[in-house]
Amino acid sequence: MSQPIIEVNSLSKAYRLGQIGSTTLKEEFQQLWRGFKKQGNDRNIDEKDQKNSDLFWALRDVSFSLEPGNVLGIIGKNGAGKSTLLKILSRITEPSSGDAIMRGRVSSLLEVGTGFHPDLTGRENIYLNGAFLGMSKQEINSKFDEIVDFSGVEKFIDTPVKRYSSGMYVRLAFAVAAHLEPELLIIDEVLAVGDQDFQRKCIGKMQSISNTDGRTILFVSHYMAAIRRLCDKCIVLHEGKASAVMEVEKAIENYTQRLSESELDLDLREFPRSGHSDGKACRIERIRVQNSAGLLYGRAVEFIITLKAFNTINDIMVGLGFNAVEGNRIMTLDSDSRDPPFTLSPGSHEITLKLDHLPLHPGFYVCHASIATGAHFYDIILDFAIWEVKTSKEDNLSDRGVGGVRLQPEVILRTL
Amino acid sequence: MSHEYIIKPNKSWFKIDWREIWAYRDLLALLVRRDFVSKYKQTVLGPIWFIFQPLVMTVVFTIIFNRVAKLSTDNLPPVLFYMSGLLAWNYFSQSFNSITTTFRSNANLFGKVYFPRLVVPLGFLFSGLIAATLQLVAFLLFFGYFKFFTETSGTFEINGHIIFFPFLVIQTACLALGVGLWFASLTAKYRDLVHALQFITQVWMYATPIIYPTTAIAEQYRWLLALNPMTSVVECTRLMFLGQGTVTPVMLISSVVLTVIIMVSGVLIFNRVQRTFIDTV
Repeated sequence: MSQPIIEVNSLSKAYRLGQIGSTTLKEEFQQLWRGFKKQGNDRNIDEKDQKNSDLFWALRDVSFSLEPGNVLGIIGKNGAGKSTLLKILSRITEPSSGDAIMRGRVSSLLEVGTGFHPDLTGRENIYLNGAFLGMSKQEINSKFDEIVDFSGVEKFIDTPVKRYSSGMYVRLAFAVAAHLEPELLIIDEVLAVGDQDFQRKCIGKMQSISNTDGRTILFVSHYMAAIRRLCDKCIVLHEGKASAVMEVEKAIENYTQRLSESELDLDLREFPRSGHSDGKACRIERIRVQNSAGLLYGRAVEFIITLKAFNTINDIMVGLGFNAVEGNRIMTLDSDSRDPPFTLSPGSHEITLKLDHLPLHPGFYVCHASIATGAHFYDIILDFAIWEVKTSKEDNLSDRGVGGVRLQPEVILRTL
Repeated sequence: MSHEYIIKPNKSWFKIDWREIWAYRDLLALLVRRDFVSKYKQTVLGPIWFIFQPLVMTVVFTIIFNRVAKLSTDNLPPVLFYMSGLLAWNYFSQSFNSITTTFRSNANLFGKVYFPRLVVPLGFLFSGLIAATLQLVAFLLFFGYFKFFTETSGTFEINGHIIFFPFLVIQTACLALGVGLWFASLTAKYRDLVHALQFITQVWMYATPIIYPTTAIAEQYRWLLALNPMTSVVECTRLMFLGQGTVTPVMLISSVVLTVIIMVSGVLIFNRVQRTFIDTV
């Protein structure tokens, strides 16, 4: 067996809490001085700092290794350290201690369309984006037609991408990334965007990258179906610590067991946002469930979403998505499915989404929220809560089956 | 395998992978192109803006400093005197000011993809060079006009030292890189320095012999001018293109030495800051 393509040895990363970016000039010089004196390892976080309780360990002693040709899934809750791990392995930031040995050319895809410039044409952006991802001009030249073909935007290839629909934009961006040929590909949750059809195409492409071309992939996703289809092995991250490399099913089980229920009233102002929204014009600040008994199958429920608009925004809708722990969508509530979209004036607003009968079967659901106008997303919050739908005393329906939704249809009986 | 790479905390201050930067030269070229295209797409005058600003400055200087304040221009036609000074100064100040924005305007990009960060400031040096070339062409047009159509033609001529012009450009680029990287690194952490920047650029311009010749300064104070590495750059430009400029060996050497010190320290501090910059955003 050849050497592992990636070997991670007790990798840790600490952040100083509450003073990100706000060190004083004096502290800075002291640190610089210490830095000059000690050239050894581990000097970012030295012993004095280690006792300091202000440190937040985003990653702690993570170790694993991966043989060439494998696809390793990384799963874990929001804030478990997945992004930090990918950022370190992608060389975007440095670890505080530990190391990682990468044996091969690495490309990472933490965002689709990195460095796309709206004023440049599709053609120019393919070259620019490719170059950011580490491809040479020659490499892009040789793959250009394939990329355009995969993206399906050949008609608009000489149009500035600012005139693209968001779907076209994502397709073009993913097409570039899909034609990278690194020995190790690091992919963050990039499938969260784009339509179903395109997602399937992406997963198919990634499968062929690993199966046919024998390349190694590190893959982060919340979508367990994608993890199942793509990955050979998985690790579970929990509060910065990593599990051993294990079988996919075992890892998914391990992950779902660790999920714990969130509160029914959540302040989301500081919650990390998805990279695909701008969050500038309008943000979700709070989401709560108006029913002290919690979420009960078959009962009325109100989801109250507090928004803050910074400008006047026309034609927006607010959506809530409820996914099974597996990652597949079970229920979507969009404010504009029956009522027209809203226009919001600057300031805070409350929007209530009301159901007379909650149709979700008892179980755990991972919730997402977004604000959008058409295909433009003002704010996306993935995984803001894990809520349990329970059964109520008078519920004698939900135990007839498991999973999915059980609606209570209007029934018309005609005897013929 | 050929690409073994170890990720670990705090590599040495001095480790800069120049080969890697070379490997990303295509990106550099594309960044220059992006910079150029995005700046002038959907503008009326397009690249003419590059020469518009120095021309307006020249007119303003001619009126205020020559006609009103009656400052000496070393017997050179004022327009050529100011334009030559601005030629070197603009390349320096525009490059260094763009380089200063390296971290601030690319924070999102730096958080999503790895590439050698030095590619961005190097790209700005090349974009600046395009603008400077256009300004040089404008200058040469005026030069031709004054040479062939006015009676002041005897007071100036292109000097044989012009063969050293490429070195002068390189020195200016190095200085702009050094100063720009220092400010980029400092403003990444201390945002308030952004406000000081414009002011520093202004003061620095007046501390450089652009609107006055070095000869207008009393002999015993000239060493002060020699502390400013741009003094020698501007005077050398005038010497090369107009045959008049005060360049002493001491001034030239101190300018080159200062440039090297500023550039090397700038690259090192930038390299230190870029490694964990994204944690502080």
